[in-house]
Amino acid sequence: MRRTRQPSRAWVIARTDLHQFVQARDFWLPLSIVALLFFVIIPTFLLLIISTIKDVKLVNQLSDVVGSLPADLKHSVKGQKGPVQASYALAVYLFAPLAIIVPLTVSSAVGAHTIIGERERGSGEFLAHSPATERQIYLGKLMASLIPGYFTAAVGFAMYSLVVNLIVGPQVGGWFFPTGNWWILVLWVLPPFIAIALAVILAISARVSSAAAAQQSSALATLPLIVIAYGVSSNTIFKGQILAFAIGALAWGVALFALWRASSAVSRERLLGMGG
Amino acid sequence: MPLDGSGPAVALAGVRRAFGDVVAVNDLTFDVPRGTVTVLLGPNGAGKTTVVRLVTGALRADAGHVTTLGLEPSREVDGTEVRRRCGVVPARPALYDRLTGRDNLQYAAALFEVDRRRVDERVADAAERFGITHALEQRVGGYSTGMRARLALARAVLHDPDLLLLDEPTAGLDPESARAVLGLIDEMAEGGKTVLMCTHLLLEAEGLADQVVVMDHGRAMVAGSPAELSRRYWPPARVLLDADNRAVLDAARDLSFVRAYERNGTVTVDLERESDVPDLVDALVRAGARLTRVEPCAPTLEELYFAIRTQER
Repeated sequence: MRRTRQPSRAWVIARTDLHQFVQARDFWLPLSIVALLFFVIIPTFLLLIISTIKDVKLVNQLSDVVGSLPADLKHSVKGQKGPVQASYALAVYLFAPLAIIVPLTVSSAVGAHTIIGERERGSGEFLAHSPATERQIYLGKLMASLIPGYFTAAVGFAMYSLVVNLIVGPQVGGWFFPTGNWWILVLWVLPPFIAIALAVILAISARVSSAAAAQQSSALATLPLIVIAYGVSSNTIFKGQILAFAIGALAWGVALFALWRASSAVSRERLLGMGG
Repeated sequence: MPLDGSGPAVALAGVRRAFGDVVAVNDLTFDVPRGTVTVLLGPNGAGKTTVVRLVTGALRADAGHVTTLGLEPSREVDGTEVRRRCGVVPARPALYDRLTGRDNLQYAAALFEVDRRRVDERVADAAERFGITHALEQRVGGYSTGMRARLALARAVLHDPDLLLLDEPTAGLDPESARAVLGLIDEMAEGGKTVLMCTHLLLEAEGLADQVVVMDHGRAMVAGSPAELSRRYWPPARVLLDADNRAVLDAARDLSFVRAYERNGTVTVDLERESDVPDLVDALVRAGARLTRVEPCAPTLEELYFAIRTQER
């Protein structure tokens, strides 16, 4: 009798890890709250307040804030009035670069949980005795970690775009976010940084005893990303979209190399809780 | 090593495996014949778990040669095939607590490439076999120790493995679950499957083992069938005696064919040969003993184990 086509073992592992993630409400609920705060609640709250300010003194102060921005940046800020300009500046240059760390945090948390947690909980022994190859296990874990990060980025920035366009858009002549630079950031620069953070977790997985410790170490990839996000989004550090593309390409190169190096971190011996 | 199924299911030759300075398995050599139940006996730390891991290729040997089902589990291609044909019940069940029992079984079915059209049927059969059908939709985190062990067993046999490896399978189990484990081993053996079981509980190996390998400090002290080991480490004939006038039994001490005599409540006498039993009875009756018990005594596995350890040390 002909057997039906089996799904790849890597995808089976990824699918099961994602299923566990969905089942673990105590795990994803705090992450979702953080994502909501950064992408929706804080921007909505602050932009609504700024857009509806009537206090003349405060309006002048906000105009001063925009006035203190670098010349290039000031030139690209849309809106006629101080509060509108301030809203635009906050939406494009302040909130969004902060929000970019959320997908990174989600992927790092899931990665640490799925890769090191397997060893922590003792379930790694099942995988170690399974027919899945070490490469399949690695790819499965990688997919399970990357998908929530990319999903958060896609959904988060879609919601963020909706919020800022609905609140600030009517005052600056229509929908304005994502700007060209932000498309590059979200689609081209952020994904390799998520991969780099995972590679860091994998690389140190043999040296740390817990998923939490590994997750903290992945913050190494967060700070450079924030700097790059500010730089690219504001055109202050990295002028021009070509350069942003180049930074993304470099990050992809680093990410692929780091992931290739980190692939040796997923071995049967480590799944069994041994240094190997 | 023949691939036609005629060789042993597992063959270890001069295998060594160390973890840092700790040598877990050292120059270990033994075979597990196909279709038999082999019991690895030994205290904690004897290297039994390492053996299971070496057999599936989860660990690689530092030296020596491991062959499982005619394949080399340390090679990637062979290892995948070996593990696909093995069912393992680790000492800790290694389950996914956030998933339901059904999810755990379906995950194993997908990884071990059980035909997708038959997964539901296999899951239902395995769950029924181990009495966990009612709990299949519950999260495993809420299972009792016994239920977890049953689920681990169901998962191990879901893909109908040729070789079943059980590492301390009854440790911490309630009597009912322990019986389910021993029942499974019996069933697998009757179905012609090969079983390799590690235990330090001698009672659970009693009556199951076709072969016993006694391990200590990573070495196989001795291997053989219980009958062979009895012949090597147990007196040819041991007889338990009792009498109304027990003191008269001391006369047996002076008989030429008596190798050992011990009176401690009942009397235990070791003879040169089984055929000496009638002569013993005759001599004691002539000495005036009113015998109430003459019982040839086969060793329990526990007695045999301690006899082996005493003599091999």
